Amino acid sequence: MSSFRIFEIAGSGMSAQSLRLNITASNLANAESVSGNDKGVYRAREPVFSAVMDGFGDESAANVRVLGVVENNAPVQMRYEPGHPLADAQGYIYMPNVNMVEQMANMISASRSYQNNVEVLNTSKQLLLATLRLGQ
Amino acid sequence: MPINIDKALGIFPQALTLRARRAEIIAANMANADTPNYKARDIDFKGALKQAADRAGSHDVTLRRTDARHLAVGGDAMSEAVKYRIPHQSSLDGNTVDAETEQAEFTRNAVQYQATLTFLNGRIRGLMTAIRGD
Repeated sequence: MSSFRIFEIAGSGMSAQSLRLNITASNLANAESVSGNDKGVYRAREPVFSAVMDGFGDESAANVRVLGVVENNAPVQMRYEPGHPLADAQGYIYMPNVNMVEQMANMISASRSYQNNVEVLNTSKQLLLATLRLGQ
Repeated sequence: MPINIDKALGIFPQALTLRARRAEIIAANMANADTPNYKARDIDFKGALKQAADRAGSHDVTLRRTDARHLAVGGDAMSEAVKYRIPHQSSLDGNTVDAETEQAEFTRNAVQYQATLTFLNGRIRGLMTAIRGD
């Protein structure tokens, strides 16, 4: 029965949003992971979502798929701290390009979207159970 | 006179199927709330139901599609009724899903689904009474 596709759709949404939450957690956890060079420093990561239009004809409802995780290419911050054990020859350390405010907003958005999908799942479950009891 | 169960149940089975499909489409909108370039969709329920009722009433033959590359012949009620939602506000990433609108529509659809179920249950109970005769 095609109604079960709704679980698949909401499930794909939940897994995509939880991945986004995981990535946000990783970004926040590594916000202070300094490095001694430009290459080795942690860069903020972001997931890329895409809609999957599979099926044909009237199967027009779409799942979400995570296409991949990309690194933010904003410039990393350099900080002059000659006393730091990781400082380079000029006395600079490199800070990740994680924007705390952005990450917090991302986290709230992801958790709201996740809740939305959970709500869809719960409601659909109740409706399908009521359909199963039809005629009793 | 034989009892035609399809007729006895009225429009409600078709309505229930359409409601389920509408729930699916709105669920897809909500799942794709953060997908760039995703366009929110919904169905024209009235039109789709009318079409489904017409189809159920007439005995016209439709072709079954067994391959993704087959084209719909004569169209089916759902694919024609699926339309794109007009966004209240455009966003930079090309996504037109408004989470609050979708939430409201989903809830409305859920309640209407339950209403249809209740009507259908009433019809079934009527049939049962007729069959049992007590």
